[in-house]
Amino acid sequence: MSISPATWARTALNRLLDASPLVIALLLAFMVASTLLLALNVSPLEGFASMFEGAFGNENSTAETFVKATPMLFVAIGICIAFRGGMTNVGGEGQMIMGAVAGTAVALAAGEPLGWLGIPLAIIAGFIAGALYGGLAGWLKAWFNVNEILSTIMLNAIAVQFMNFMLNGPMLDPTEAGVNQIPKTARILETIQLPRLSLPLPPGVADLFSLQNAELFARTRLHWGLVIAVLLAVVAYFLLWRTTVGYRIRAVGENERASRYAGISVRGHMVLSMMLAGGFAGLAGIIQVLGLQYRLQTDGSATGFTGNAGFNGIVVALFGGLNPLGAIPASAFFGGLLVGAQKMQRDLGVPAALITSINGLIVIFAVSSEYFRVWLTRRRRLAEAEAQQKAASASTAGVPS
Amino acid sequence: MLHMNKKGMGLGLAALGLLGVLPAVSAQDDVFRVAAVAPSAAADLAFSQSMFDALTLLDEELGDAFEFTFQEGTFIVDDAAVAMRDWASSGEYDLVIGHGSQYGAVVEELAAEFPEVSFAWGTDNNTFGLPNVFAYTAAAEEGGFINGALAALLSEAGNIGVVGPIEVGDAKLYVDGFVSGALSVNPDATVGVNYIQSFSDVPLATEAAEAFVANGADVLTGSAQMVVGPIAVATDNEVLWFGTQSSQAELSAESGVTFQVYRWDVVLRDIIASLEEGVLGGESYVLTLENGGLEIEISEFSGLDETTLAEVEATVATLTEGIIAGDILLLPDMVEATPEAGS
Amino acid sequence: MNIFETIGSIVTASVFASTLRLATPYLFAAIGETFAQRSGLLNLGVDGIMLMGAFTGFYAVYATGSLLLGVLTALVVGGLMGLAIAFISVTLRAKQGISGIGLYLFGLGLSELLFQRLIGTPKSIERFPDIYIPVLSDIEFLGIGQIFFRQNLLVYIAFASVPIAAYVLRRTSYGLKIRAVGQNPAAADAMDVNVARIRYSTQIFGGMMAGLAGASLSVALLGVFQQNLTGGLGFIAVALVYFGRWRPVGVMIGALLFSFVNALQLQVGALGFDVPPEFSTMAPYVITIIALAFAGRQTEKPTALTVPFQRGE
Repeated sequence: MSISPATWARTALNRLLDASPLVIALLLAFMVASTLLLALNVSPLEGFASMFEGAFGNENSTAETFVKATPMLFVAIGICIAFRGGMTNVGGEGQMIMGAVAGTAVALAAGEPLGWLGIPLAIIAGFIAGALYGGLAGWLKAWFNVNEILSTIMLNAIAVQFMNFMLNGPMLDPTEAGVNQIPKTARILETIQLPRLSLPLPPGVADLFSLQNAELFARTRLHWGLVIAVLLAVVAYFLLWRTTVGYRIRAVGENERASRYAGISVRGHMVLSMMLAGGFAGLAGIIQVLGLQYRLQTDGSATGFTGNAGFNGIVVALFGGLNPLGAIPASAFFGGLLVGAQKMQRDLGVPAALITSINGLIVIFAVSSEYFRVWLTRRRRLAEAEAQQKAASASTAGVPS
Repeated sequence: MLHMNKKGMGLGLAALGLLGVLPAVSAQDDVFRVAAVAPSAAADLAFSQSMFDALTLLDEELGDAFEFTFQEGTFIVDDAAVAMRDWASSGEYDLVIGHGSQYGAVVEELAAEFPEVSFAWGTDNNTFGLPNVFAYTAAAEEGGFINGALAALLSEAGNIGVVGPIEVGDAKLYVDGFVSGALSVNPDATVGVNYIQSFSDVPLATEAAEAFVANGADVLTGSAQMVVGPIAVATDNEVLWFGTQSSQAELSAESGVTFQVYRWDVVLRDIIASLEEGVLGGESYVLTLENGGLEIEISEFSGLDETTLAEVEATVATLTEGIIAGDILLLPDMVEATPEAGS
Repeated sequence: MNIFETIGSIVTASVFASTLRLATPYLFAAIGETFAQRSGLLNLGVDGIMLMGAFTGFYAVYATGSLLLGVLTALVVGGLMGLAIAFISVTLRAKQGISGIGLYLFGLGLSELLFQRLIGTPKSIERFPDIYIPVLSDIEFLGIGQIFFRQNLLVYIAFASVPIAAYVLRRTSYGLKIRAVGQNPAAADAMDVNVARIRYSTQIFGGMMAGLAGASLSVALLGVFQQNLTGGLGFIAVALVYFGRWRPVGVMIGALLFSFVNALQLQVGALGFDVPPEFSTMAPYVITIIALAFAGRQTEKPTALTVPFQRGE
C-alpha cells in the first residue's frame, strides 16, 4: 500500500501537533522571562536580542554555544538511556567529575611516549570511571533498594570532595606545590589535547559574510568533542531502538514486572543503564579537559569544575524528548540560552540567575505539557476510531451480505 | 558613574552582529576601558568586591576618561572564558581582567591569541612569559600577621578560631600569616584553623564558627565570601572579628576590629600608566603594606574602649613599620611549605 | 591522653548542641516532605522552596524588623510554591522527580535574582534569640542544659513537630486518609476520599514546611542570606524521608545522625586534628548512603509514590 500525500500530510501535521505543547511551554517560559525583565526595567525585546547576539550573533558566539552544548549533550545522551531504563539519574555531576579525574590521570601518565594514543586511552578511562560511578548507584538501587535519585545526589557531593583531595595532593601540579597550592593538575601535553575544530569554506563565502578567516570557527574554542558527542548520540539512538540490549533496557524501564516475566534480568539492566549513563557523563568530564581546559582544575564552587553541565544535561535530555537524537538540537538550544544569558548580564546588567530560574520554568512547563500531548493523542485516536467505525459500517452497508 | 548597564546599545549591536559586520573598534580614543570578570557578587564584602571597589574608585577619580564593565558571579571558569573572549575580540577594551586565580589558564590562552589586547589576572604572579599579561597578587600574610598579633593581644582566653575556605592562594597566605602573628604575641595561644572546603557554604562556615566559640574562642577571623556567617556568629556571641580582602566593618558592627583591605587601584594605576606608555604586560605586582596596596582599616563601629583602640592603633603602626622594614619574619615555616595548617 | 579523653575532648556538649541546630532545617523540610510522600507525591524541589523561603523570610525581617512576619512570609511563599507543584503533579499529572528539579532551578535562580536586586550585599538581621528554658537550661549533668534547653524558638518548634506529625499520621482520620491515598488511591477513592484534595493539602503543607525550613536557616540560625544559601540541603532532606522510612521519628533520627556527623567533622576541624578536610567533609554523605543501603527493603514505602491518580484507570 502506497502512502497517499493526504496521509503523509496528516502524519506530518500530527507530528507538529505533538511538538506543539513543547513549543507552547517554551513560549510560556519566555513570557514569564519577559515579565521579569520588565520588572528589572529592561525591555524584553532588548534582553532577548542581547541573548541572541550572545548565542548566535557571530562566529565566536556560535562556537561558544556549541562549546557549552558539548558536555550537556554527552550527559543528556546518558540521561536518555537511564530514564528510558527507568532510572532517574541525577548524578551527572559526580560522574562527570570521576570521568575527568580518571581520564586526566591517564592523560598525564601516558605522557610523551604514547603520542596521540593518549587521547583514546584517556577517553576510555573517563568512560569507565563514569560508568563505575554510575553503576554504583545502579547497584545500590538494584540490590539494596536505595533510591537512585538520592544516592546520586550524595555521590555528587562525594565526588567533588574526592576531586578536591586528588587536586590538593596526588594530582597537584608539581609547579604549584609549595607556591600557591592552587588545586589543579599539570597541563596535559599538546599531543594529547583534542584538536580545535574549524570548517574550510568554499572560496568567496568568507568574504560574503565578512568573516575574518577563511575557515569557519578558526580562532574559536570549538573542538572535536562536539563531533564525538553528535556521533555518539547517533550510536546511542541505534543502541536504544535497534538492538536487543536497548530493547531490554527500555522494557525494564516501562514495565519492571512484565520484563521479569519475560525473563529479562531486571537488576542487571538497571545497573547497565546506570553504567551507560555514568559512562557518557564521564565522557563529558574528560572531553572538557582534553578539548577545552587542558588540565583539571576546581573552580572552588560546590559543583567542582562541571559548570552545572551534569544538571543541565537532564534539562536537555527532557527537552529532546528523552531521545539522543532530539538531545542534539536541544543541547544547542540550551547552550545558546546559557551563553546568551551571560551576554545579557554583560550588556544590560541582568543577573544570569534570571536564566537559571527560566530554565527551571522550562523544565516544569515541558513536563507539564506532557498532559496536553496525551490529551491531544487521545482525542486524535478517538476521532480516528470513530472514522474507522464509520468507514467500516459504511462498507458493511455497501456490501450486500 | 557605573557602566554596568549599557541600555540602548544592545539592539544596535545585535543588529550589527547578526550581519557579521561588527567592526573591531580600536581602543584608540581617550577613554580607558576596562572589563573585569569576578567569581562572586560585586558586593560580597570579600574578594570580588575588592576589585569592584577599586574600579569604582578609579571611575570616580578619572571621570569621563575611564569606563568599566564588571561581570560578577561568574564562578564557572568557562563562562568567564566566554566573557573575556568576547571582550578581547571586540577590540573595545584597553584592559581585560580575570579576577580570580582559577582564570589563569583562560588568560594564558587568550593572551597568546590576542596579542594586541592587554590582560591582567590574579591572584598569582605568573605572566606566562607573555608580553601582554599582567599578574597581581596580595601579600595577604602581612595583614594576616597584624590581625593575628592583635587577635592574640585582645584575646582574653588565648583561644582564636580561623574559618578558611580551601587551602589555596591568598586565603592560605592570610591564614598562615595570622597564625604566625598570633603565636608571635602569645606562643601558648590556641589557634584553631578549619578549612571548610567551600568558598560559599554559609551554613557550614557558621557552624564552624559556632564550634570555635563553643570551644572557648573569643576571637574569630576568616577569609572568602562565606565569612558573612562567621561574622554573624561573632556579633551574636560578642566575640571579636578580624577580616580581610574588603572592609566588613559595617556588617561586623561592634565585633569588628581591623580589616586588611586590598587596594587593587594601586596596581591598576600602575597598569594604566604602563599601557599609556605602550607596555601591554609582562609585569607582576604584589600588594604590600609598603606600596599601599594593603591597608589595615580599623573599624569605626568597633565596640572597643578608647584605650584599647589606641593600643590597637599603635600596634598596627608599629607592626606595619616593622613589616615594611623587613624586621619581622612573617612565615617562619614557609621554607617547609607544609600543606597542613592545623594548630 | 588516652583514647577516652581524646573522644571526650571531641564529642562535647557543644557538638550535640550544634547537632540540634544543624538538624532543624532538615527536620522542617523532611517532615513536610514525609506528608507529601505518604500521600504519594515526591517533591524533589524542596531545596528551591527552601531558598525562596529563606530569602523572602529574610527580606521581610530585613524590611520590617519583625521576626514573626519573616516566618509568616516564608510560610506563605512556601505554601504557594507547594500549591504550584501540587497543581503540576496532581492536576497535570506531570513526572514528579523531574518537575521537582525544575522547581529547584526556579527557586535557585529567583532567590538569587531577588537578593541581587533587593539587597545586593550581605546584611545581617536580628535573628531569633536563644531561649533559656528556666531551670532545665541550668542542668549541668552531661551538658543537658546546654544541648537541649538553650536553643532558639524554631529549634524547639522543629523538634516539637515530630511527635505531632507522628500523631497526625497514625492516629487521626486525616492521617489515615493520607496513608490510604498513598497506598491505594483507587481504593481510597472508592471509599469517597477525595484523592486530589488530600494530595493538594499535603503538598501545600510540605511547601510551607520547606519555606519554614529556609527561614529557620536565614532568620533563626544564620541571620544572613546569600545566593544558594542552602547549598543542596533540601535534597538531603528528601533523602532523610527515605532514610526514616516515611515515619517522622525515623526522619528525626536520620536528621540527627547526619547533623551529628557534620558537627563532629567541624569539631575535628576546630580542634586541628590531622584529617584531610576533604574526607571529613564527605563523611556525612558517605554515611547517609551506607545508612540508606541498610535501611533495608523499605516495605513501608507508599506504593503509589510518584504514581499520578486518575479516576477510572
